[in-house]
Amino acid sequence: MQSVWTLLSWGPEGWLDEIAYGVFITVSLALATLPLGLLIGFLIAVAKQSQERSLKLAADIYTTIFRGLPELLTLFLVFYGAQIGIQQVVRVFNPTASVEVNSFVSGMIALGVVFSSYASEVFLSAFRAIPRGQYEGGYAIGLSKFQTMRLVVLPQLVRIALPGLANLWLILLKDTSLVSAIGLTDILRQAGVAARVTKQAFLFFGFATLIYLALAILSSIGIGLIERHVGKQELQR
Amino acid sequence: MSAVDHPAATEVLRPPPPPRGWPRERVIGYILVFLWALALVGLVAYLVSAWKPDMFWRYAPGYLSGVWVTIKLVAISVVIGALLSVPIAYGRMSRNPIIASFAYAYVYFFRGTPLLAQAFLVYYGFGSFRPQLDAIGLWSFFRDAFNCALFAFSLNTAAYQAEILRGAIQSVPKGQWEGAESLGLPRLLTLRKIIFPQALIVALRPYGNELILMVKGSAIVAIITVYDLMGVTRLTYSRTFDFQAYLWAAIIYLLIVETLRHAVDWVEERITRHLRR
Repeated sequence: MQSVWTLLSWGPEGWLDEIAYGVFITVSLALATLPLGLLIGFLIAVAKQSQERSLKLAADIYTTIFRGLPELLTLFLVFYGAQIGIQQVVRVFNPTASVEVNSFVSGMIALGVVFSSYASEVFLSAFRAIPRGQYEGGYAIGLSKFQTMRLVVLPQLVRIALPGLANLWLILLKDTSLVSAIGLTDILRQAGVAARVTKQAFLFFGFATLIYLALAILSSIGIGLIERHVGKQELQR
Repeated sequence: MSAVDHPAATEVLRPPPPPRGWPRERVIGYILVFLWALALVGLVAYLVSAWKPDMFWRYAPGYLSGVWVTIKLVAISVVIGALLSVPIAYGRMSRNPIIASFAYAYVYFFRGTPLLAQAFLVYYGFGSFRPQLDAIGLWSFFRDAFNCALFAFSLNTAAYQAEILRGAIQSVPKGQWEGAESLGLPRLLTLRKIIFPQALIVALRPYGNELILMVKGSAIVAIITVYDLMGVTRLTYSRTFDFQAYLWAAIIYLLIVETLRHAVDWVEERITRHLRR
């Protein structure tokens, strides 16, 4: 039986390099999902607070569906559904083709969609916290609708939405663990491989759990820095 | 909207009338609603065309038992979590730094790590301690995947519920405690008769959300070989390679979650009747 430190060392004997690669995948998946989710979430929030009822309805259907489905099921629906859908399109041109959908992209889309439906609620409540007068002031000095949004509303919106979004980021970081189920080599999958090979399941899954905890703590520190930075900007005004 | 078409200042300010005709927002909105309708029609058409009676009769009982396992898992772990959350919330509010930091560490650990990792840690990880568990007679409990999931879920939801409970109790103003004290009520009675009823109103929505999160989160037990709704779905898909397996699961999950959401809305409506004006 090898010692714990050998198993957790870097190199052919230990598993630290494999797990480090898993950390890289997890973090890059979360970072890649974030802008996608924020963008869709923002658009959904804009649609939800619009006066046009059809737009609101469409946005409400979106959030009802993706907040109601389990994240894992959304992931499978995207992964297998996209595979079957694309395959059928490709088969029209080439009957023998078989399509393999990239699990990273599937994970990104599924997690982004889930993230966006929660983010839209955060943005929506931030929108409601911004007084009407801010828009009217923007229009009064001759800014267009888009300019008002970008120059007047958005800077305030970000500040109000930041705590909620920070919370969603921590949830996203945890949800990335689900992609191990569709074969992406994230932290949990690498730990699982190591556990199977070495028969030291508690050690490796415990280690993986601690890495997630470390990522959460690091994120909290980073979020704290961003919040302080934004708070300083607030004071300068 | 530009500054020009605002009403003159002497008039009574009214909200602008909803725009008529076909502004861009309406066009986009109609297109999106149309796409959703198309997706719904497509889904129904697909499910009708892919309908196979023999397949339905072979797998429908499995789905029913899957739903039952999901409900059982969530219900039991939420109840155990609620019981566990009381001492943890008490610890979080305690003035004793050792108890407080221990409770904080517990909550931070379970809220900061993925539920899936916790489930793996229990299901696969506890196998490393088989001799020790055998010695105290707990191995037969942890050998079963359902029990492992139950164990991990209970501990996990206890951490979340403790935070909900703490937030709700602390949201009740201090004067309520002081008022009860001046009437000579003992602390426990104060908690039960005065603080809890007020805290419950604050806590109801977060509790409802936690319940919904647990229903959704419970899907991950499929990965540790529990045949809940998701597990049955995966099994069905691996046997038939028929995509409608997942679509039916999606419909059932949506039904469960929407029912719960409306139930919470209804209860909230009921218990805040005295606050309505």
